[in-house]
Amino acid sequence: MDKLIELRDVRKVYSTGRLEVQALRGIDLEVGRNEYVAIVGPSGSGKSTLMNILGCLDTPSSGSYTLSGEAVAGLDRNRLAEIRNRHIGFVFQSFNLLPYATALENVELPLLFAGVSTKERRERAAAMLERVELGDRMEHKPTELSGGQMQRVAIARALVNRPTILLADEPTGNLDSASGKAIVSLFEELHAAGQTIVLITHDSGIAKLASRVVRVQDGQIVEDVRAAA
Amino acid sequence: MGSLSFFRQMLQDVRQQKLRTALTVLGITWGTVSVSLLVAFGEGLEARIRANQRGLGENIVIAWPSRTSLPWEGLGKGRRIRITEEDVEALRREIPQARFSGEMSRENSTFRRERVRITPEVSANSPIFAAMRNIIPAAGGRYVNDLDLDRRRRVVFLGDKLKQDLFGDQEAVGQTVMLDNVPFLVVGVMEKKAQDSSYSGRDEGKAFIPDATFRGLFSERYLENFIFQAHDASATPEVTRKVYEVLARRHKFDPADKEAIGMWDTSEAEKFFAIFFGTFRAFLAIIGSFTLVVGGIGVSNIMYVVVEERTREIGVKLAVGAKPAWIQRQFLAETLTLTAVGGVCGMLVTFGFLAVFPLLGLDEYVGTPQASPLVIATTTALLGVIGMVAGWFPARRASLLDPVVALKLA
Repeated sequence: MDKLIELRDVRKVYSTGRLEVQALRGIDLEVGRNEYVAIVGPSGSGKSTLMNILGCLDTPSSGSYTLSGEAVAGLDRNRLAEIRNRHIGFVFQSFNLLPYATALENVELPLLFAGVSTKERRERAAAMLERVELGDRMEHKPTELSGGQMQRVAIARALVNRPTILLADEPTGNLDSASGKAIVSLFEELHAAGQTIVLITHDSGIAKLASRVVRVQDGQIVEDVRAAA
Repeated sequence: MGSLSFFRQMLQDVRQQKLRTALTVLGITWGTVSVSLLVAFGEGLEARIRANQRGLGENIVIAWPSRTSLPWEGLGKGRRIRITEEDVEALRREIPQARFSGEMSRENSTFRRERVRITPEVSANSPIFAAMRNIIPAAGGRYVNDLDLDRRRRVVFLGDKLKQDLFGDQEAVGQTVMLDNVPFLVVGVMEKKAQDSSYSGRDEGKAFIPDATFRGLFSERYLENFIFQAHDASATPEVTRKVYEVLARRHKFDPADKEAIGMWDTSEAEKFFAIFFGTFRAFLAIIGSFTLVVGGIGVSNIMYVVVEERTREIGVKLAVGAKPAWIQRQFLAETLTLTAVGGVCGMLVTFGFLAVFPLLGLDEYVGTPQASPLVIATTTALLGVIGMVAGWFPARRASLLDPVVALKLA
């Protein structure tokens, strides 16, 4: 199996004044190509910290992280920005779309930072919006879209630069159940098309649909279950 | 995306925070107006006063014989000193680094032309007097020349106001006026000039005739005063000292007796004005600059607030791959745009004001403020610097945001 993510004894310590909080206490995790991994755990278990590190938004205090063959730990802010741009597609619980920009412009954003030409940006972003069935909403602002539509714009944005990993943090947390289901089935479609997905959730119903469930508790992995293929 | 969206986003900010943005821009506008108008007024006023100064003459010394105040070689004090044309000739001979002209005058001779009678001051002097005193003939005329002197011609050069009183709007050059019933030919009329100081009335109301003619006509030997001008203004003190030496020797008074010959060195005023206007301009520029700096601080504050408000957006951009430098550039560009808009508004206000100002007719008193290249360059440079500094710190803060914190994920 092709290893995309390889965490070795990753620890993360936050110091708030005199108090030291160990958010992660030695995580070992490998994620292969085209896996669909759900990371579950109660609040405060360290799963958000784990996601931040996986997404290169944060760096581990110790341990190593290899993403697509590249050692990530200890890189500077500019290199991390490049890696996020090239390898990671984020989907957030609260969508995090730019409110003043149209759906199309929001999707174009990662391509802008990747240095893609205006024309190509437009074409690729439009194609991706078609892919998430929002071809008729390209010029709409986020406020003119429903929650489900906003999340689909966010997914289009996450995928537009063909990331190595789609990293989703509670993507259905702010949606009604119908919209949530649509998002979840979109994820399944993407997985079926070959996309590697890491999903953070505390919804066991959604986690069940993943091909692998990693349970985190007190900063450690306590369970790692692969669904029977 | 890109620049288009950048401006759209700015417009969005402007629309959402109309009052806030307007007040911020107003701060810069007012600062710009302050700097540019203050400097423009400073320059206009200086130009006006210097022009007025030039009306009397540049770096000339006016000297008038008086009484001795010190005893000298057995002679008592209080002796009257009288200067003649021969003395002026001697000064010319012995002090080649300056030029001299004596002046005689009378105020009781009447000019008559047709029914108009005027008793102006009549000044008799030599041709270089006009050059030293910035008396310039209007087109079609000339000043008294050496030939007039040699031949004791009865010619007269009229101050522009005197010409107006005698001839109205008619042509004066070539006409004849009667001076105490002696006919004089008008050879020239003075070009209108600004003059803020004088020692016997403004030149505009005077009549000028050759001194040789005057002496012959009125049997006058003694000069009322003489003026001199060093070829190099910095040599004025030395020339002055030599003038005292030469005249003291010829008239037997103490060369240190400054009261024997009274002197008014107008270059002293020049020195004063140089310092005064240097200080004045610096003062105005500093006041204006500080107003602009205060405007800049306002912009900087607003930008901090904007960064705060857009923290999440910054987080999103960082998450999808924006480099910190890109974020910094974005906010810097926004600050510079705000500053530029304020600056352009300020410049427009200034230009508008400068266009209207001459209509108020205050030129004679305070000069006409002008948006000289210096004013524009100074203001623009200052705006640029202030915009950069005002934007740098908020932009830096934005670029240093931790994406985790900015996205409120932690």
